[in-house]
Amino acid sequence: MSKPKPKIKKEAVVMPKQDPKERGGNFDEVALGYTEEQVVAEAERCLECVKAPCVEGCPVEVDIPALIQLIRERKFDEAIRKVKEKNSLPAICGRVCPQETQCQASCTMGKVGDPISVGRLERFVADWERKRGYEVPQQSASTGKRVAIVGAGPAGLTAAADLAKLGHEAVIFEALHKPGGVLIYGIPEFRLPKKIVEAEAEYIEKLGVTIKVNAMIGKLYTINELLEQFDAVFIGSGAGLPRFMRIPGENLCGVYSANEFLIRVNLMKAYDFPRAATPVFVGEKVAVIGGGNTAMDSARCALRLGAKEVKIVYRRSRQEMPVRAEEVENAEEEGIALEFLTNPTKFIGNDRGWVKAMECIKMRLGEPDASGRRRPIPIEGSEFTRDVDTVIMAIGRTPNPIIQQTTKGLEVTKWGTIVVDENGKTSIEGVYAGGDIVTGQATVISAMGAGKKAAKAIHQHLTKKK
Amino acid sequence: MYKIVTRRELVPHINLFEFSAKEIAAKTKPGQFVILRIDEDGERIPLTVASVDVGKGTITVVCHEVGKSTKQLGNLKQGDCILDLLGPLGKPAEIGKLGTVLCVGGGVMVAPLHFQVRAFHEAGNKVIGIIGAKSESQLIFEDEMREVCDDLYVATDDGTRGYKGLDFLKELLKERKIDRVVVMGPVVTMKTVSELTRPHGIPTIVNLIPIMVDGMGMCGACRVTVGGKTMFACVDGPDFDGHQVDFEELMARMKMFTPQEKLAFVFQEEGGRRL
Ligand SMILES: Cc1cc2nc3c(=O)[nH]c(=O)nc-3n(C[C@H](O)[C@H](O)[C@H](O)COP(=O)(O)OP(=O)(O)OC[C@H]3O[C@@H](n4cnc5c(N)ncnc54)[C@H](O)[C@@H]3O)c2cc1C
Ligand SMILES: Cc1cc2nc3c(=O)[nH]c(=O)nc-3n(C[C@H](O)[C@H](O)[C@H](O)COP(=O)(O)OP(=O)(O)OC[C@H]3O[C@@H](n4cnc5c(N)ncnc54)[C@H](O)[C@@H]3O)c2cc1C
Ligand code: FES
Repeated sequence: MSKPKPKIKKEAVVMPKQDPKERGGNFDEVALGYTEEQVVAEAERCLECVKAPCVEGCPVEVDIPALIQLIRERKFDEAIRKVKEKNSLPAICGRVCPQETQCQASCTMGKVGDPISVGRLERFVADWERKRGYEVPQQSASTGKRVAIVGAGPAGLTAAADLAKLGHEAVIFEALHKPGGVLIYGIPEFRLPKKIVEAEAEYIEKLGVTIKVNAMIGKLYTINELLEQFDAVFIGSGAGLPRFMRIPGENLCGVYSANEFLIRVNLMKAYDFPRAATPVFVGEKVAVIGGGNTAMDSARCALRLGAKEVKIVYRRSRQEMPVRAEEVENAEEEGIALEFLTNPTKFIGNDRGWVKAMECIKMRLGEPDASGRRRPIPIEGSEFTRDVDTVIMAIGRTPNPIIQQTTKGLEVTKWGTIVVDENGKTSIEGVYAGGDIVTGQATVISAMGAGKKAAKAIHQHLTKKK
Repeated sequence: MYKIVTRRELVPHINLFEFSAKEIAAKTKPGQFVILRIDEDGERIPLTVASVDVGKGTITVVCHEVGKSTKQLGNLKQGDCILDLLGPLGKPAEIGKLGTVLCVGGGVMVAPLHFQVRAFHEAGNKVIGIIGAKSESQLIFEDEMREVCDDLYVATDDGTRGYKGLDFLKELLKERKIDRVVVMGPVVTMKTVSELTRPHGIPTIVNLIPIMVDGMGMCGACRVTVGGKTMFACVDGPDFDGHQVDFEELMARMKMFTPQEKLAFVFQEEGGRRL
């Protein structure tokens, strides 16, 4: 490895994307991924700094310098093996992680130019492997211990994978008919193709994990009942309860929660209606309320389903949007309008109970609130009305409540999240939790990090218990 | 995969299906529902459980063919399998010893009502049953209801059998002391009965079946206004206080996808060709 250092390249290698004009009419993936030449060129840009702050920025501590080195040497098989030591869902993370606030945030190269596009490198090696067929690592000898996992989102899948690798029998109970959590029901096809989620879930099954779909815990079995059959339980049931604003007219026809809209479009494939049986209605003038990933995804789906005009209405300003930077750029390229410092105050219906207009109020920013972002304050007298025929409420999701309601002795916060210690242990012996159900809505990688941590703690709990 | 162990046509376009589903059978209580999907492209179809056989490990539902998906289900035969079956969902009906319970069922929902009626009967209540349908030829579960009701009345919209419409209920409510009313059926039936019982102050439970998608509280498609508050019928219900429900909103919301449903139906009838 004594190649001469190439001179500094400040600009990242651009990843090819579908043309914005064309992609507005289809659900195919927008970002096309690097070619072999491009991925090596991007890896070559790394300065190989000693501190490697990128690793610290990664919630699951992928050995990024090793990944980069192996890509430079075109040892892609070894590169993906390296990633998978820490991350069981790399094709997903490479696509949806907010790298700009994680591994890429403190990249040394980032101080002089673009940071190294770690996400795109990860995506490349994961896709490389998927195209050639997965390599299944050797499993440890069976410990004879059984762990039940509730929810097949990133938290549950990661915990199950790690436990299986350690020789425990892991059984995932998932309420929906497909594993993946938000990855399968929320994030759209054009950002994360479902065949990738399916392939990564299959890989986890190959590790020896059983995934039982159509199994809603709290209804089919309670946590307390699972404890009779399993040595430990991990709860990764996510934050899927949609929030509404509680303003007049929210239950009019044509008003959706983002979750309903996205479940129809993604999980139920309404974009392929009527071949796929589940319908979705999208009018001409769509307003999406909110400013996060969910709002962006809903708006971009609405556009692809034929809306003439899609507007994102957000009560704060651009700086406060809790969203992947790349996705705002993509949305704007596609022609989605962003309207800041505006909040709806009511929805107005026609005589058939359909939404026809919404009244909004202008906002200004005040002092920072608990989230550290400046608080939006309504400007009195600034109300105005605008015609809309479809509204999508993307103002947040709270924890799924069924398990908390049906589990005796489980400590829960007043926000409905499950209380855990630093290892993910709940108030019940042998029961662990992690992901959005503990933190409230967060990110894929933080849910995976929590799943990993809990798996480690469960392993310790099971191996010390006689 | 879940096997259809029995399929029986009760009357034209209303079929009974018994599915092999041991785990669900062991947990299901009257008033709860399941969601099924026929195949990979299928919709999630919610259906209220009409009976369970814990020993045999089966659940029974009765389904009215009203559109694409229910028709597709109706075309399946004994021995066929469906891809997905999720349940039990929703809160169980509140069954207790209340005195005299009036149970009103309309159309296909008489079948799941019977599951509750049996439970009320076994809990030691006096049960007055009313079953109704559009016409005599569409009436189901009469014998089964007679078995568990102390009195049974029959009504049809067109008067081909029993009383014509529900007007007779006015008299009945005056004559009899009734402690609880339970209604399952079309929204108009639930609304009418709730209006009739309101002046008598009789607690009236209605079983709401708005459009649902996940059925587990994650989408809000099923939201209904009850007592001025938004509720999710799939997890907060499906049973609610009939005197508090905003039926107008419910009726409007249930028509939200009518144009698309018609399209899907035609698509199916034409053998799945692209429209
Ligand atoms: C539209 C959208 C876009 C997003 N985009 C991004 C992004 O680009 N990048 C990013 O990092 N994050 C993104 N997020 C956030 C991210 O998806 C979540 O933080 C992450 O999925 C949380 O993982 P989890 O495993 O905790 O829960 P989930 O992914 O919510 O999975 C929970 C699973 O548990 C199941 N479940 C719930 N209750 C039960 C029960 N009682 N019994 C059995 N199973 C149950 C659910 O059906 C679900 O499958 C997005 C979120 C949304 C909604
Ligand atoms: C909790 C619950 C319990 C139910 N129990 C029964 C039952 O025991 N027997 C029975 O025959 N029917 C029952 N239904 C209604 C049944 O689910 C619908 O008739 C069916 O989904 C219609 O599908 P379709 O494609 O055949 O008809 P479509 O053409 O799609 O619709 C026909 C009518 O059904 C209603 N509908 C459509 N989609 C849904 C949906 N996803 N959820 C609810 N309603 C919908 C619409 O309001 C429409 O008026 C129940 C519904 C719910 C929500
Ligand atoms: S059906 Fe989705 S929340 Fe009730």
